[in-house]
Amino acid sequence: MDNTAIVSLKDIVVDFDGENVLNGFSLDIHDKEFVTLLGPSGCGKTTTLRVIGGFLQPGSGNVFFDGKDITNLPPYKRHVNTVFQKYALFPHLNVFENVAFGLRLNKAVGENGKKHKLPEAEVRQQVLEMLELVGLKGFGRRNIATLSGGQQQRVAIARALVNHPRILLLDEPLGALDLKLRKEMQIELKRIQQSMNITFIYVTHDQEEALTMSDTVVVMNKGLIQQIGSPEDIYNEPQNRFVADFIGESNILSGMMHKDFSVEFAGQTFTCVDKGFERQELVDVVVRPEDIVVVPAIQGMLTGVVKSVVFKGVHFEMLVEQAGYEWKIHSTQAQQPGEVIGMNIGPDEIHIMRKMEE
Amino acid sequence: MKAKICAAPYLLWSAVFIICPLGVVVYFALTDKAGNFTLNNLISIGEYSTVFMRSILLAAVATAICLVLAYPISYMLSRMRKSRQHMMQMLVLLPMWMNFLLRTYAWMTLLETNGLINKFLGFFGLGPFQMINTPGAVVLGMVYNYLPFMILPLYTVMIKIDGSLIEAAQDLGCSMTQILRKVLLPLSVPGISTGITMVFVPSVSTFIISRMLGGGNNLLIGDLIELQFLGNSYNYNLGSAMSLVLMILVLVCMGITNTFSNEEELEGSI
Repeated sequence: MDNTAIVSLKDIVVDFDGENVLNGFSLDIHDKEFVTLLGPSGCGKTTTLRVIGGFLQPGSGNVFFDGKDITNLPPYKRHVNTVFQKYALFPHLNVFENVAFGLRLNKAVGENGKKHKLPEAEVRQQVLEMLELVGLKGFGRRNIATLSGGQQQRVAIARALVNHPRILLLDEPLGALDLKLRKEMQIELKRIQQSMNITFIYVTHDQEEALTMSDTVVVMNKGLIQQIGSPEDIYNEPQNRFVADFIGESNILSGMMHKDFSVEFAGQTFTCVDKGFERQELVDVVVRPEDIVVVPAIQGMLTGVVKSVVFKGVHFEMLVEQAGYEWKIHSTQAQQPGEVIGMNIGPDEIHIMRKMEE
Repeated sequence: MKAKICAAPYLLWSAVFIICPLGVVVYFALTDKAGNFTLNNLISIGEYSTVFMRSILLAAVATAICLVLAYPISYMLSRMRKSRQHMMQMLVLLPMWMNFLLRTYAWMTLLETNGLINKFLGFFGLGPFQMINTPGAVVLGMVYNYLPFMILPLYTVMIKIDGSLIEAAQDLGCSMTQILRKVLLPLSVPGISTGITMVFVPSVSTFIISRMLGGGNNLLIGDLIELQFLGNSYNYNLGSAMSLVLMILVLVCMGITNTFSNEEELEGSI
């Protein structure tokens, strides 16, 4: 992975009708990365994408591309292509012509330095190659309206990629597909990104999608970045309560650091692996449901009463009440509701986060 | 079965008030005053070919101007916020709430040699200009009266064009003119052909506008036909023949615009 930033956003501010959507937003995106902007609806992720695409002028702030300021450049002059949420395929053109659309506009620079139209044979070859890459070989003459959602999605991707953009922007492209197709397309997109070797900026509210595909995940809320990191970092070391809550399922409790490597929560003192907090600092403690080990009541650090058990396929999800807090536990073994059980948590499984300033 | 019974009154209506009169027109067009079969009526229309040509030319010019004016207006209308769209739609239709004659009279007062516009220009030492009784005044009257008929069908197709299509075109490298040529125009062809029909047909057969704004020198087919039925000439056989020819002309024009639009629509499905 390259270390140079291909796109930099600097202090971007966007207002809609007096409402602050992006508030001094800054972000560097590295070349050839698969970056996901993840957050709940209304967090400003699509707005960020539109600023990069050039469809939205920020109220203030700058957009840099390869170090050059492109804030005022119209969309058609940017080396960026977009896959739209609802695909936005041209209904009056067939699959082939949709994909060829960008190429036919493109003026290639010939040997004499003059711009000329791309020869038809070349357009044809590139379009067919791209249709093959997205798995739509032989679909060229089909009408857009006769394609399924997944196929339209692939046409939209091919139409954008055929122009060899430096960056592909994807705005919740899998939102309209069913679960199975969505999973297939996730793997497919990752494969395409790797074979094209370009930057993908992907917007989604689906945390699983983000974790599956990304090199880097940018978690956003209320127009601000909450955390940037690899999927593993984001999941294992959430920086605050919002990230912990949004990514995966978690038990979040208030606790207090006694000293380095020692934290008190749920009425017990636990050994942990975190340090660098003030003494007696109030913190948020995150324990993932799958990290809690269920043991007989006598052997547990904590004991609680099982309130409910739900079968989830891979595991059982249990809600266990302990000293007024309802723990969520994922376990492959079911307990009976009403049973008293013990719960153990290892030092590695406890994540300490500073309290969010509200 | 039920649907057929429900349609019966309309079928009866169209038989009595549309098909039969049409038959009568054809009958009169092909007979002389004594009721004998003749083609003389149709042949004598040749003498009026300049009037026919003028009608078609003026109507075509008015239709073209309407299209050029209505296209950007409809586009802007369709991109406005919903609440504002309703208001603008009403403004477009507002002139139509007034009587057609009254509107045209208003233009007479404006365009007359001693009219308001010339008086106004007179303050600056300009004019007076000859505006009324010119072909231009007739075209102006047509455009003014029939512009809403062009705007509405265009607006109806354009609100169906998703904004993301325009963004997609920009994204793929289209400048504004290319978006117009490659995306907007092809997608609005059905609206264009409907609009052309709805402006051209009443324009080519109008007689009030030409009489009031065109004076005696700018007779159109409509005026000729009126003369045959109500005027001094009083020759309803000739009038019927003219109506018949006009109808055929209109059908041919509509046929041309329709085949044109069908071709465009088919392009995507090849």
